[in-house]
Amino acid sequence: MRTRRKRLLLVLVGVAGLVLATALVLNAFRDNLVFFHTPSDIRAAVVPLDRSVRIGGLVEDGSVRREADGVTVYFRVTDTVVAVPVVYHGILPSLFREGQGVVATGRLQDDGVFRASQVMARHDETYMPPEAFEAIEQAQREQARTLLPEGR
Amino acid sequence: MTEFLAMGGYAAYVWGAYGVMALLLATECWHLRHRHRALRARLRRLARLPGLEEGT
Amino acid sequence: MAERGVQWFRFAAPARFYGLAGRLVPWLAGVAMLLFAFGVYLGLAVAPPDYQQGDSYRILYIHVPAAWMSMFLYLLMAAYAVIGLVWRIKVAQAMARAVAPTGALFTVLALWTGALWGKPTWGVFWVWDARLTSELILLFLYLGYMALHAAIDDRRRADDASALLALVGVVNVPIIYFSVRWWNTLHQGASIRVTEAPTMATIMFVTLLVMTLACWLYASAVILARARIEVLEREHHSAWAQAVLEKPE
Repeated sequence: MRTRRKRLLLVLVGVAGLVLATALVLNAFRDNLVFFHTPSDIRAAVVPLDRSVRIGGLVEDGSVRREADGVTVYFRVTDTVVAVPVVYHGILPSLFREGQGVVATGRLQDDGVFRASQVMARHDETYMPPEAFEAIEQAQREQARTLLPEGR
Repeated sequence: MTEFLAMGGYAAYVWGAYGVMALLLATECWHLRHRHRALRARLRRLARLPGLEEGT
Repeated sequence: MAERGVQWFRFAAPARFYGLAGRLVPWLAGVAMLLFAFGVYLGLAVAPPDYQQGDSYRILYIHVPAAWMSMFLYLLMAAYAVIGLVWRIKVAQAMARAVAPTGALFTVLALWTGALWGKPTWGVFWVWDARLTSELILLFLYLGYMALHAAIDDRRRADDASALLALVGVVNVPIIYFSVRWWNTLHQGASIRVTEAPTMATIMFVTLLVMTLACWLYASAVILARARIEVLEREHHSAWAQAVLEKPE
């Protein structure tokens, strides 16, 4: 009985120590565990600009412009506070679209344009059929129409 | 039917995922059954040898 | 208190476990197969495509249950390992070892289907973000547990050493689960949370539940079947094991 309690105590102490150590390590490496930086981080120059970094945010509405060659794309990545212009040569993922999440790997040039070598699309955790999405849009449009006169 | 198989252009990804699941689960079941039979056969052989225990 | 404890432990006696598990396995496996068939039918034929991702999101019905199982089974394995380590219950020791291969299988499945889902949506099969990396570490923990157990000849010492490894690895599970909230990742957040309404259409949610239940039952069936083999192998000198071997399967 005594050895059993001793083993249990040892296990509990071991786990407590392990959890503490892991929490400390994760806290120390917090900045390195981040997959991408926001446009605000980039503008505030808190990220090193001499090497390749990842920038993440939303593709700003109306900012996507395709060059005539078909592979060069200009767009802006925004975190709704700061927007960074991005240029990319290559094939975009099928989920890349305005208003959607995006993560781009590349380097900030001296002129403030982010030259991306890779563009990845992010998506959120909402899933629904296209009809449901249209119904929501429709409801929002109607709500906006009825609210507008009061707002004025 | 063709449309169903095409999975909106994502056929390789969707069928790849479902196929791998079926393959992995079937393999695990087959392996377990095989292991159980082999163990029973080995232990039966062992029991038939009087005085000869495993590892002696 | 101690007496009642002894009574309870008698239920975990290997002979009783062997018989009980043997009766349960066919039922669990049978219902699991039916649910898999129903879930795959719902997921591929009934559930509508997603408004953003089209049909590629159907991989979710495998990916999400597999990822849940990979984390849950690790906790289960560690719990049995600790019970075996502290209280020396034979069935718990056998169960811990029986969980590992199925846990590893679901981890492989989660990673594999994740890659097949990531390519058409994100544009890449793999990235080193916190979620994906910690799930890969989970696979290595499972493989490490199995390798360590197999490497030590003395079964008792193998149980103890691998139980410690299983216990150490437990810290990884909350890291996997909360990685999408603690750090920014390429991986999206959780669709199903205990405290909030799911962020998916009802038919999609129902399909996910059916597939999850199927995975649960499947895992129970194969783990119990494997634990029976493990128990029989460990106990083959005992009278009950000899009696079991006399009878045809």
